[in-house]
Amino acid sequence: MQTLYAVLDHPATKWVLLVFVMVMPLASLLTWAERRQSAMMQDRLGPNRAAPTFAPWLKLKGILHFVADAIKMISKEDFIPGNVHKGLFTLAPLLAIGPVLIAFAIIPFGPTIYPHVLDGTLDPLLLASQPEHQDFLHSIRLQVASFDYGILFYFAILTLSNYGGTLAGWASYNKWALLGGLRASSQMMSYEVAMGLSLMGCFLLVGSLEPGYIVGAGASSKLAPSNPLNWLWLWQFPALVLFMTAAIAETKRAPFDIPEGEPEIIGYFVEYSGLRWGLFFLAEFIEIVFISAVITSVFFGGWQVPFLDADGFRIGGYMAEVNGQLVSTGGTVLNLPHAVVTALQLGAFALKVILLCWFQLLIRWTLPRFRADQLMNLGWKVLLPLALAWTMLSALFKLAAIHFGWV
Amino acid sequence: MGASHGHDAADDETPGPRVLVVSAVSPRVRTIAVERPGPSDVTYLEAARKGLGVTLRHFVKNVLGKRRPAAALARGEEVAKQGLVPWNEIETIQYPEEKTHYPERFRGLHRLMQRDDGAVRCVACMLCPTVCPAHCITIVPAEADDQGVEKKPAVFEIDELRCVVCGLCVEACPCDAIRMDSGVHAKPVEHRGDAIMTREKLLDLSKQVGKDPASTATQGGEGPDWRE
Ligand code: SF4
Ligand code: SF4
Repeated sequence: MQTLYAVLDHPATKWVLLVFVMVMPLASLLTWAERRQSAMMQDRLGPNRAAPTFAPWLKLKGILHFVADAIKMISKEDFIPGNVHKGLFTLAPLLAIGPVLIAFAIIPFGPTIYPHVLDGTLDPLLLASQPEHQDFLHSIRLQVASFDYGILFYFAILTLSNYGGTLAGWASYNKWALLGGLRASSQMMSYEVAMGLSLMGCFLLVGSLEPGYIVGAGASSKLAPSNPLNWLWLWQFPALVLFMTAAIAETKRAPFDIPEGEPEIIGYFVEYSGLRWGLFFLAEFIEIVFISAVITSVFFGGWQVPFLDADGFRIGGYMAEVNGQLVSTGGTVLNLPHAVVTALQLGAFALKVILLCWFQLLIRWTLPRFRADQLMNLGWKVLLPLALAWTMLSALFKLAAIHFGWV
Repeated sequence: MGASHGHDAADDETPGPRVLVVSAVSPRVRTIAVERPGPSDVTYLEAARKGLGVTLRHFVKNVLGKRRPAAALARGEEVAKQGLVPWNEIETIQYPEEKTHYPERFRGLHRLMQRDDGAVRCVACMLCPTVCPAHCITIVPAEADDQGVEKKPAVFEIDELRCVVCGLCVEACPCDAIRMDSGVHAKPVEHRGDAIMTREKLLDLSKQVGKDPASTATQGGEGPDWRE
């Protein structure tokens, strides 16, 4: 048992579980969701008939299209044009997809599991006062790595995926691809600035860069972290809009698909085919999932279920950490086993991520694309000043809040 | 613009620059109000919100609503909704499973009529290949077994890819041997050759259509009105 817990709590295990059980299936399903959803938005039916030859009735509303896509991409010829820089050409798709997968390490996708109390109710007060109690001897924290510099790690690592697009464009030895690569790098650079700044207000308010901490604390200690009013979407709504805009621009999808620019230059991956192109394609969808996960963690309470504390649903009263001290103000508690609470919270995280992915697809299929100059104007002249101003406002608010004891 | 047509500038609803003041000295000198993009245009927020509202409405309606019955869709007809669930707005007809509505007067491919004994009724008079504007009927005549009609077609081919469906061949035929009433839709083919209807295929269509008494009427030797 001991070793099992140790293995389960190992970052590698958690990363593999997160990426291969949650992220990859979700990203592949998004390829189907995108087509069906766009169809529904445009009064069409969308792809709905892919089925295995041995079971033609197994249509499942077309979900199997992603399997067909995967088979197609894997079985296509792996063609490398003659003049390309072979090394960089091969490296670029990996650089596009790798950093996103690594960045998932900072996402808290669930609460900490205490295996010894799985079938009983977890007592948060006992946990706070006696962390070395034998019930809490082992724990599995459902977050691969919690660094103090949390979200900064994401900004840093995602800059690397810049190189994917840029190198692909450069290595392709193709003018259109090069244009696409340059556009990709300029767009990513511009929007990274606004993206980073837009979250500063949140960090100031919560006092931490670590998404796990943000999820566990919420904006104010006067409210329980599981109270939706304590999630940052309410306190930092402009930041949510700014961050979402910048983050969607980072995914390089419509309305910010200047690097791809299908009607004009086809983009930095114009020379790619088969599985290598598929990696770029998949990377975009994984980025969608990742951005949803970040927004969920920072703005929508991560894995928190409304009014569900570690020991069950709490109505009236709240339980929150005040000055490092866990206090409970009573209220009616509907006790639930630790296993049920954990399952609910994992489900809540998945649901929030899926809803945000859906929202991103909605945006992608609604807004027309920007021109390159409009794109730069929006990034530098609108998002950046607004983000700066919001950071200042948040700082003032935080000062006032400390002074008057609001939070 | 409005002013040049003598309109009052104020009730000109068309977007674009509006003439505010026309100079007293020269009618060419005007003060014009140009709508500059405001704050909501610069951030695109207002337009984005409106657009998202439209697509969201369609999405919800199409996901929650039921599809109108295929037959109604095919005829483009509105049907009264049952219960609370509204019809969605998807107009797609799932072709192989659902067929679109064919009008009453749809004729379909040609067919060759047959006699009582199953022989082809055509007497190879060559009127139809002569009249055909698309030159798509090929007939090679041969001597008929029935001495009364002299000739029969040894080869009778219609290239359906070239046919312009004018129906002149049917009009021209003196013995009602060729008709366009099989009701069979022209099928997609993989090779051009497959679109050529041979004598046998055309006769087969007649058999498919069924025991229409007219298609097996006896002919010849019964006076001028044998076609009745
Ligand atoms: S319908 Fe017109 S074009 Fe077609 S075979 Fe008859 S005469 Fe020719
Ligand atoms: S007009 Fe009638 S009888 Fe004459 S060749 Fe054509 S099908 Fe045969």
